[in-house]
This record gives sequence, structure tokens and C-alpha cells, in this order.
Amino acid sequence: MFYRQAGDFKSSYREDLQTFALKQDRWAYYALLVVAFLVVPFIINDYWASAVLLPFLILAIAALGLNILTGYCGQVSLGTGGFMAVGAYACYKIMTSAPDLSIFFVVLLSGAVTALVGLIFGIPSLRIKGFYLAVATLAAQFFLVWLFNKVPWFYNYSASGQISAPERTMFGWAITGPNAEAPVRYLFCITIVVLLAWIARNLTRGRIGRSWMAIRDMDIAAEIIGVDPLKTKLLAFAVSSFYIGVSGALFFSVYLGAVEVGEVFGITLSFLILFMIIIGGLGSILGSFIGAGFLVLVPVLLKNVMVNGLGWPTDIAAHIEFVIVGGLIMGFLIVEPHGLAQLWRLAKEKLLLWPFPH
Amino acid sequence: MKNHGTSLVSNIEPGQEVLSVQNISLSFGGVKALTDISFDLVKGEVRAIIGPNGAGKSSMLNVINGFYHPQEGEVFYCGQKRNAMKPHQIAHQGIARTFQNIALFKGMSTLDNIMTGRFTHMKTNVLQHAFWRGPAEQEEIENRLKVEEIIDFLEIQTIRKTPVGRLPYGLQKRVELGRALAAEPVLLLLDEPMAGMNIEEKEDMSRFILDVQEEFGTTIALIEHDMGVVMDISDRVVVLDYGKKIGDGTPDEVRNNQAVIDAYLGVPHE
Repeated sequence: MFYRQAGDFKSSYREDLQTFALKQDRWAYYALLVVAFLVVPFIINDYWASAVLLPFLILAIAALGLNILTGYCGQVSLGTGGFMAVGAYACYKIMTSAPDLSIFFVVLLSGAVTALVGLIFGIPSLRIKGFYLAVATLAAQFFLVWLFNKVPWFYNYSASGQISAPERTMFGWAITGPNAEAPVRYLFCITIVVLLAWIARNLTRGRIGRSWMAIRDMDIAAEIIGVDPLKTKLLAFAVSSFYIGVSGALFFSVYLGAVEVGEVFGITLSFLILFMIIIGGLGSILGSFIGAGFLVLVPVLLKNVMVNGLGWPTDIAAHIEFVIVGGLIMGFLIVEPHGLAQLWRLAKEKLLLWPFPH
Repeated sequence: MKNHGTSLVSNIEPGQEVLSVQNISLSFGGVKALTDISFDLVKGEVRAIIGPNGAGKSSMLNVINGFYHPQEGEVFYCGQKRNAMKPHQIAHQGIARTFQNIALFKGMSTLDNIMTGRFTHMKTNVLQHAFWRGPAEQEEIENRLKVEEIIDFLEIQTIRKTPVGRLPYGLQKRVELGRALAAEPVLLLLDEPMAGMNIEEKEDMSRFILDVQEEFGTTIALIEHDMGVVMDISDRVVVLDYGKKIGDGTPDEVRNNQAVIDAYLGVPHE
């Protein structure tokens, strides 16, 4: 009734091109930003930061990155964990070799390094497609993890083989290291998330995004329109890897603080991110966030209900959690194979007409 | 590199040759798809390519826009011999096409499909797009104006924002024509634009093809099986059969050509 298009006229193409075409959507978005930046930092505590918000935000970046590659450009990748490891190790190497560099730029540089690595592993995509490409990226996953385990230079010859983030500050506040406070870490991550989500939206709404989607939907037609498949796919690999690298750098430095590559950045993580974008919605920025939210929040919620609420033993709760999450994933995919973002879109279409659908 | 088709064709007068293929032979292993084919397209004409199934018509189009590289023969475009090129490079020379089976981008709206057709006329880079405001947005809006002209021309205003997967077949064919037109092509290759259409849709499509020829001066190569349409709208016809050229000329000449009649109706075998 209040959520409607009627009366919201667009009088220029510029207005027609805006991200949130409806007034109500725009307000909701601004309200969300205000809450995220001005309210949450004052009420956040360590539990919420480390169990919910930080993993959600950081994995959402990785999901955005994979969605650019798989959802928009149609190139399936199972190497996400490996590329996040590249971001993490690049971050560690840059932090330890250039201690004065601001952590913000360290994170962006880690993304750039990952973009280069992603570019190299993207080259086979010109020749192989679909499942075969997925297998090729799987090779990247295992190779990269093996590399970071085997070559001591990457972990600065530390005895444990682990990497751990030294303390770095911005404007006097510790962002990484043991003294970092929850609100500061949260603010640092959400700033990067908002920035990267905005850029992802910009990239996908115009010429670049259309060339990716053209390759995804019909590569032969894309080619006769003038889209160079190699350049377009490599660009998608580079941009996607940049996002995934930034995510890996944050995952290591801000979220975990110390990392053992095989445990954290294994194939499980690759699949987790892939599930996020499939459940959230392929080819949707919003879907990346919904998917990340779903797969981070639901397990936490279930654990709280079963262990703290019902008083079940943790091990049984953990197993039941797997069953329920798996069941939910299948359920959602049967109801809407195009993901939660599509469900949301359909709900909004209905809501626009409510309560007079005809 | 931007689309430079218009500048390539600028010194070609109407009635002069835009593209000619000379002695093209193409084979896949032992199968000869095309044998020694030569013909030309002059500026501003509708040139039909006809022939029974498997005659090599689509292969001929694939040679022209660079999917196949013939073993023998040459392609001359706008007066110059064309070197071996990739399809996306040929697109930048102003050659656009539609496909026999609809090859639209299913996940995108009508508008986005046609906007994608403007790809060769846009040149903003990734960094400009990352920040959107400024050159990227400006370029999108300028090209949107051109796309809206095409949407008006093809009378598809109402389906502007509909995902193309939801459209009926006839409209999809029309959107595909729009996508090809968006490139402002010098030479437009249409591979069976009227296949599977009813009479009304065929009439609409014929009207659009003739309007394109008249308003934009585009040279059109047309593959079509409906002889009525071919004879009505084309200026000249080339007939292929088993990869060989068996007829070439105005519709009337072709209609009375004995080899063409034999190919279509069959001849008794001794």
C-alpha cells in the first residue's frame, strides 16, 4: 500500500539508471547505512563481532568477488579458498616488510596481488568451460595451499608455520593485533564492505557488467557484438580475485589474527563461499549479502537455540546443525532455484501491487 | 578501439561494392562446405542468400563474420583485402548479425540486450566504471538515447525492462534485430530472421528490414527460406546448393534459372 511505484516518475535517463529506483528502497538503504555506521559500533561487543558481524562482512566480500566471476561472468571457480590464502599471505608479507604502511592500503595491495595471481589462473578459462574449468580452479586451490605450507619464505620461517598479524593502527586505534577493540574492527570492515559493494554495483550495471553477462549467457553472440572473450574473462578473474584477496587479507588480519593455511583456507571454505552465492542468488549484489548472512547466521542461531536454549550437548547439537542447514539449503533451492535474492525480488513485485493485485 | 565501420564505408558510393567474397572454399576434414564461391554485396542493397538445407548458407555468413576461416579464397571489405581476423575484431569494422536460433542474452532485459549491442561504440574503462559518476555514466546515457531510438523504431517500448526469456518468439527475434542494429552496422547479416513466424510477424519483420535499408542505408545479407518474402524484399539473390553457387541475379532471373528450379524441385536420376 505504501510501497509502490505509482507517482514515482523518472524524468531523465540518469534517474532511470539509479540503483534503488524506488523511493522507499532508497530510504531503507540510507537507514541501513546510518544504523550500520552510527548505531551498531556503540552496541557491538566481542561476541557479536567475532561470532556474527565480522565473519558475515568479510565473507560477504568474498561472496561478492565470486559472484562477479561465477554469477555475472559465468565462470565456475572452486579456488576461492586458495585465493583468499593469497590475500592473507600477501597481507602478512606486506605488513611485515612495510610496517609503516597504513593497514587500509595493505589490504588493498593484498587484493591487487591476488588479482595478479587470479589473472594467471584465469588464462585456461579461454579454452575450457563449465565443470572442466571448475576442476582447473580446484587445482589452483590445492596448489596454493600446498605452496604456502611448503615454502617457508611465505610465513617468514616461523617455527610453527603459522602467520600472525602484528598490531597496526589507524588514527590511533588498533585495527589488528590482540589490542584491537570490537567496534574499531567492525568499522574498518564495514567501511571496506560498503566501498567494495558500491564499486561492484557500478561495475556490473554498465558496459563492463553487460560484457560479463553477455559472455555468461551466449558467448558466441557476445563475440560477434565485439566483446573480446579473453579480455573480458580475464578482467572478471582479476576483479573477482581482487575482492577475494581483500576478503582473505581481512579474514587473516582483522578477524582471526593468526592463521594456519591448511585449516582455514581449505576446500571447505571454497565450497562455503560457492554455496553462499548459489543460495543468495547468482548475478546479484544483494544475493551475495543474503547468502553470506544466511550461512553465517543460521548456524550461530541454531547453536544458540540448541545448546543454550534447550541444553543439548554440544556434539549432538553440532551434528543436528549440519542436518538442519543442509535441509534448509535444499529447501530453498527447491522453492527458488535462483536464490533468496530472487525470492526477495518476487516478494517486492507482489508487494508493489498489494492489496489490489489486479 | 572503437567501431570504425562508418569511416571505412564513407568512401564507398551507393551501388559500389561493400563486401565481396572471391573463390571461397571451406572444408571440415573431408566435408566440403563451400566450393569456390564468389559474389558481392553493393552498398544499400538487400542481398538474399538462398538454397536447400545444408547448402552452406550459414557457413557463408560464418566466413563473413570470422567464425570460419576458409582454406582458399579472399574476402574484400570496403575495397580492402581483409586479413584473418577474430569475430570481435570484425564487429569493430561494422559487421553485425543475427542468428538462426535466437542467441539473445537470456538473463538480461530487452534494454540491456540492445545496450550490449552498442558495445563497440563505448570505450570507458574499468576504473571509470568503478566510480560510475562522470565519464561512465555520461557514456551510458548517451548510448541509452541511441538505444531508445531503436526501441521506438522496432515498436518494443512496452517490453523495455522485461527479461528476454519471458518474451514470445516473434518479439525475441525483433529484440535480436534491435541488438544488431544498435551497433549501427555497415553490413547486417540476417540468418533466417523469419523462421517460425506467422504471416503477421513475417510482414512486420519484412517491413523493419526494408525500413532499415531505407532509413540507415544499411547493406543487408539475408538468409531466408520463405521464397515469397525473398522475392519481394531482396534486390539480388544468390543461390547455393551443396556448397556451390548455382545462381546469382535479380529475383526474376533466379526464378527462371533452370539449375535453381532443379535444386529446389529435384531432377529425375537416370
